[in-house]
Amino acid sequence: MLRFILTRVSLVIPTFLGITFLTFILIRLVPGDPIEVRVGERGIAPERLAAFRHELGLDQPLWQQFLDYVGHVLSGDFGLSLVTHNSVLSEFLTLFPATLELALCAMLFATLIGLPAGILAAVKRGSLFDHGVMGASLTGYSMPIFWWGLLLILFFSVALGWTPVSGRLDLVYYVEPATGFMLIDTLMAGDYDAFRSALSHLILPTIVLGTVPLAVVARMTRSAMLEVLGEDYIRTARAKGLADGRVIGMHALRNALIPVVTVIGLQVGTLLGGAILTETIFSWPGVGKWLIESINRRDYPALQGGVLLIATSVILVNLLVDVLYGVLNPRIRHAR
Amino acid sequence: MPLLDIKNLSVEFTTRAGTFRAVDGIDLTVDEGEVVGIVGESGSGKSVTSLAVMGLLGSNGRVVADRMTFAGNDLLTMPAAQRRKITGKDVAMVFQEPMTSLNPCFTVGFQIMETLRVHEGLSGKALRNRAIALLEQVGIPAPESRLSAFPHQLSGGMSQRVMIAIAIACNPRLLVADEPTTALDVTIQKQILDLLVQLQRERGMALILITHDMGVVAETAQRVVVMYAGQVAETRPVGALFERPRHPYTGALLDALPERALGKRRLPTIPGMVPGIADRPAGCLFSPRCRFADARCRAERPALFDVDDGRARCFYPLPDGHLAAGEAL
Repeated sequence: MLRFILTRVSLVIPTFLGITFLTFILIRLVPGDPIEVRVGERGIAPERLAAFRHELGLDQPLWQQFLDYVGHVLSGDFGLSLVTHNSVLSEFLTLFPATLELALCAMLFATLIGLPAGILAAVKRGSLFDHGVMGASLTGYSMPIFWWGLLLILFFSVALGWTPVSGRLDLVYYVEPATGFMLIDTLMAGDYDAFRSALSHLILPTIVLGTVPLAVVARMTRSAMLEVLGEDYIRTARAKGLADGRVIGMHALRNALIPVVTVIGLQVGTLLGGAILTETIFSWPGVGKWLIESINRRDYPALQGGVLLIATSVILVNLLVDVLYGVLNPRIRHAR
Repeated sequence: MPLLDIKNLSVEFTTRAGTFRAVDGIDLTVDEGEVVGIVGESGSGKSVTSLAVMGLLGSNGRVVADRMTFAGNDLLTMPAAQRRKITGKDVAMVFQEPMTSLNPCFTVGFQIMETLRVHEGLSGKALRNRAIALLEQVGIPAPESRLSAFPHQLSGGMSQRVMIAIAIACNPRLLVADEPTTALDVTIQKQILDLLVQLQRERGMALILITHDMGVVAETAQRVVVMYAGQVAETRPVGALFERPRHPYTGALLDALPERALGKRRLPTIPGMVPGIADRPAGCLFSPRCRFADARCRAERPALFDVDDGRARCFYPLPDGHLAAGEAL
């Protein structure tokens, strides 16, 4: 197992280099550098511009800047934000729990609804329920996130007033951050009103971010279950005289979970991408919103570091999925 | 009273092309401790019959019968929950494809013990010991270490032994073996067949052996049911059937055995195929392939007539049991 993990980790290095290179180039292709953006329309004396650029190392040739950056990153230094002058890593780590909390809730939402819906749709294949689930998941999958988010805000927050429009917690509450997860922090502080507030702030973003994964999980579960239910070993399970619940919930589901877990893992990338939009719509103080702001300010170190760190977390999750896959599938486990 | 008593069983499947009758009014009885062979080509309804007996047909397979009882219990009206108590316990089944019939996600031990846990409520050490004993009985070496093996670590022959161990776990009174050796190597086939016969003798259980291999039937069965296109073509005691087949189809099947065709340049075969859903003839279902068929055979469907010590579905049963010398269908 350890060897497998080490092999997988070593395969990740080229991916990191590629990501670093791409973000590095892409942000520099956007017109305007950090100083021009900060100066705005007022203009600046050419000598001062040159001095600032020199200070930030922007007067170096691109390849030199890139090598410098990679060198720093390799020694664990992601640099300082050009705007706040805080360490990029610490800014990221402060904001990341908010994103993680939202992403985990969205994944939980998608799995808790998508898995049973997919199983039931497969078992009741061709029924009204099946068609309903498949129709709904196609709609969910095709829905643009920002439009869906605005729609929900307009309906539930503005028209009905059930949920807050934006943010993570009502301003009247203050909770000392311990874990960074608002739900846990409020509970640890014993402030149940704050917990309720945090929960109500989470509902809409969770639904918006979880809709696409929900659709994917439901569809994948259904098709995996349909395939498995036709297998010989399901007939064997029935021939043993097992009850339907055991045949479906154990013999079939255990096999169907293998592809479903893979898909859930792949959805994490989609989720963090979706988080950028969702966080912007709901003013959710996570890394997604921070990245958008960094682009607008041409905050090169923040953007590069943020993208790289998000990529790291996606890769880590995929690694975790691969390990889990081995646990679920004995054929893989023993092949190693 | 027979252990299994089936009268006029039909199984229909609803497909987009219409209703297809895969099994068409067959009678089948199996006595306690008896070995009955069911033979026939692919598509003759052998497997569907066995699945109907086990209650394993999907929701689109409609089972109709005048009578279907097991040990006096009516299988047709029995509620599903009650039927599950019999299935896997008193009636068990071994399937054709051992490699895909075991669940790849669970260990061999788990899959054997599951049956014992569900039907006999065993647990702990007693359960484990029973599983080991069962693996030993089906001839698996080092049974204790095999408990933790996964199906993909077993060969086809070993998998089939495990399947047999699962089937006999609760001492069934009837074992249905649906082509249990078809997917195996020839050398393994003999071993598995010997194992089935040995277990049947030791335990005195009834055995329905479904096969398309006449040789297998000759070695194991006491009574033979020859099926053709969903119907019983002929049913006789094994010795009499091999000595003197009365239905032309049985005769042709026997003539197609290599050991009976010694000295001939070509192995006799039966031309054509079992009629499918759309091309059932009006008369005798075998008439398009039968060399003896006349106008009556093509117009009228024969019933099962009594012949000697059994029955045959033919207007003109073969008189001496052999097709005319040197000829093949």
